[in-house]
Amino acid sequence: MTQLSSPLRATPLNAVHRSMGARMVDFGGWDMPVQYSGVLEEHHAVREAVGVFDVSHMGEIEIRGPEAEALINYVATNDASRLSAGQAHYSALLYEHGGFVDDILVHKVAADHFFVCVNAANQDKDFAHIREHNHFDAKVENAGDRYAQIAIQGPRALDTLQKLTEVPLAEIRYYHFRDGEVSHAAARIARTGYTGEDGFEIYIPPSEAPRLWDEILSAGEEFSIRLCGLGARNTLRLEAKMALYDHEIHASITPWEADLAWIVTMNKGDFIGRAALLKQKERGVTRKLVGFEMRGRGIGRDAYEVFLNGCGAGWVTSGGPAPTLNRNIGLCYLPVEAARIGQSIQVIVRGQPVEAVTVGTPFYKRGI
Amino acid sequence: MYPDNFRYTKEHEWVRIEGDQATVGITFHAQKELGDIVYVDLPKLGTHVEQAKPIGSVESVKAVSDIFAPMSGEVVEVNGLLTDSPEKLNADPHGEAWLIKIKLSAPQETAHLLSAAEYQAYVGAE
Repeated sequence: MTQLSSPLRATPLNAVHRSMGARMVDFGGWDMPVQYSGVLEEHHAVREAVGVFDVSHMGEIEIRGPEAEALINYVATNDASRLSAGQAHYSALLYEHGGFVDDILVHKVAADHFFVCVNAANQDKDFAHIREHNHFDAKVENAGDRYAQIAIQGPRALDTLQKLTEVPLAEIRYYHFRDGEVSHAAARIARTGYTGEDGFEIYIPPSEAPRLWDEILSAGEEFSIRLCGLGARNTLRLEAKMALYDHEIHASITPWEADLAWIVTMNKGDFIGRAALLKQKERGVTRKLVGFEMRGRGIGRDAYEVFLNGCGAGWVTSGGPAPTLNRNIGLCYLPVEAARIGQSIQVIVRGQPVEAVTVGTPFYKRGI
Repeated sequence: MYPDNFRYTKEHEWVRIEGDQATVGITFHAQKELGDIVYVDLPKLGTHVEQAKPIGSVESVKAVSDIFAPMSGEVVEVNGLLTDSPEKLNADPHGEAWLIKIKLSAPQETAHLLSAAEYQAYVGAE
């Protein structure tokens, strides 16, 4: 991407991160913390206790009006009519040709109000895309500036956050949310996350973010809460096989290929991309996303080539060490006939083929 | 922080010369920048390495970084400790987590290296 030194965008917690010693990076145009104490320590804290992430860079789009549901159902793949108020689901915006505009979280606030969480770098594109297809009696608002978002993740996330709110968190089921208060600040409290662990994502007014950040830290102190950056967020989501835009999914990848058929409802009526998906389903996909584990010495990383019997066959979408599993794992696209568990592949690590084998996913699944 | 009896490169390797042999490592600054180190790829015994040419790599959770030979010569020892315990590079980069030892073929190459004070100035305050 060629960009003329446009200034990085900053979340309301930017100064806090800097004062707390975070290492900052440019993440899709945002100045974000990549790590505090260290990726491994932060990763383990989330798996074993609790960690807190600033994810205020994520975008929010509000859809309101009598035909809000009709609009979201026309632009997104999952069936929003199956949501009850206070429920959320994972979904996707597609182009007509079936490729991803973005992957999104759709929250049903009320019959005439949907709240959509989108990727930071895609926010403006998503907003324009939804508006372009809004032939409904609905209003679309780009609301990213009205929300900060903090993720509290890990087995002690509930105990941590419960100290700051009267909303009975145990009553919020996974992928449900409640509107209430966190330490007297208006908050949308969702039991969602991007770590494969139990936890909450709270949407709050930006002006309240620094105060709540501090209060969450104090509340989690007895559980040795850790400040976490995007580095740990990435290792955690990869272990849980959650997709990352521009890696597993992008404009040239369809949900069938990305192993995301479960977020597509073909029989709900027409939606953008449906015709292309139908056609691809009839023809059959030629490539598919699969998990792999390194067998030889070396780490397969994002964009490394994958060989099958000595010939180029695919590429790594995300790869690296899995701290919980103590193995080197990754996701890659392979020709569909090779996309099965137990397939021997070679990942090209700095010019050298290193043995790997495809495995079932997710790599990590939390105990119930 | 940076021992006076080492010489340094701008690519953040250090070298300690004893007679015609040099011990090579990466600096405290390098390991700090990389973060948690999870994998180290080193040249084999007997490999001839050339000053400023890549000889291997160090990988952290999130990044891969090349290691460059600070001086030319033949690899006469490889630190086996790092195969199973790459994290030692974070704990003791100037000590037990040295990378390789080289039998020097061009000792005069030290002229291209930085002193401890110069390296400290190069990386700035930490």
